[in-house]
Amino acid sequence: MKISLGRRYHFAASHRLHNPKWSTEVNRELYGKCNSPHGHGHNYVLEVAFTGPVATETGMIANLKELDPFVEREVIEAFDHKYLNEEVPEFRSVVPTTENLAREVFRRLRDFPGAKLQRVRIEETSKNSFEFLGEDAGSYRHGRRSQISGEKQVPHPHPQEPRLGSG
Amino acid sequence: MQDEMIRITRKVEFSAAHFYHNPSLSVEENRRVFGKSNNPHGHGHNYVLEVTVAGEPDADTGMVLDLKELKEILQREVVDRMDHRHLNYEVPELAGQIPTCENIAAVIWDLLEPKIRQGRLDRVRLYESPDLFAECTADGAAPGGRGKEADRE
Repeated sequence: MKISLGRRYHFAASHRLHNPKWSTEVNRELYGKCNSPHGHGHNYVLEVAFTGPVATETGMIANLKELDPFVEREVIEAFDHKYLNEEVPEFRSVVPTTENLAREVFRRLRDFPGAKLQRVRIEETSKNSFEFLGEDAGSYRHGRRSQISGEKQVPHPHPQEPRLGSG
Repeated sequence: MQDEMIRITRKVEFSAAHFYHNPSLSVEENRRVFGKSNNPHGHGHNYVLEVTVAGEPDADTGMVLDLKELKEILQREVVDRMDHRHLNYEVPELAGQIPTCENIAAVIWDLLEPKIRQGRLDRVRLYESPDLFAECTADGAAPGGRGKEADRE
């Protein structure tokens, strides 16, 4: 049996999906409403999971007194109430899809001392979530909540969508 | 995971009190490590427990495990033991352990695993609040973690 600790955080931010190397029409076709020029916002929910030994002394994988300030400093302060495209340096050259956001959050949290970051999952809305398990695992999972059958995994809606930048 | 494997999940809730205190640490160290959770009078949570069993549906019943039976197991093994109890004092399985979400989830796993006779216990996820949970998964199970993980001590 393996054990992990999960923690959820909340932030609100705006973004715009747009790739300057494509024409206005291509961007509009690919990203639809998300290409709206002035951006739009979401209440993001960030779920992180850490693994590691449960310390006998504390009964914990990670102490929230250390984890919460770490996530606050590395992610929440950087993203909350910000325009991701312009106020987060990494997204000046990478389209801030939630896939890329999950990868950036993973990069920012992977060095948390004392426990191993297992996965990052971001809910962009209550119907869309994106999960990144790290470069080692090498995979994304994209979940879309179906109104009929509840949560299930479906293929990415734009399988041909280019991956932009390296995150 | 085999192709025909189905995972079924049942959810139950219980309310319990606890606090964190390690008697081998000083008063100051306890306060520093555990913060508010060290309050000796305790505090409580509405815990939400999700239990997943994996297996192939029986050809006759179409079920991995009758959810009614799983409900009865959860009631007997978890709710009856922990609901409206003080976890530091009233749950023998937690004696000598700090009743963190991690440790409670592991105790629940150990209680349930031998009781699941159809299918096998695949996942135990225990929410202390909507934003904090511990998750136990079977070795080799698909959910959550495909990364390298350490076994529980």
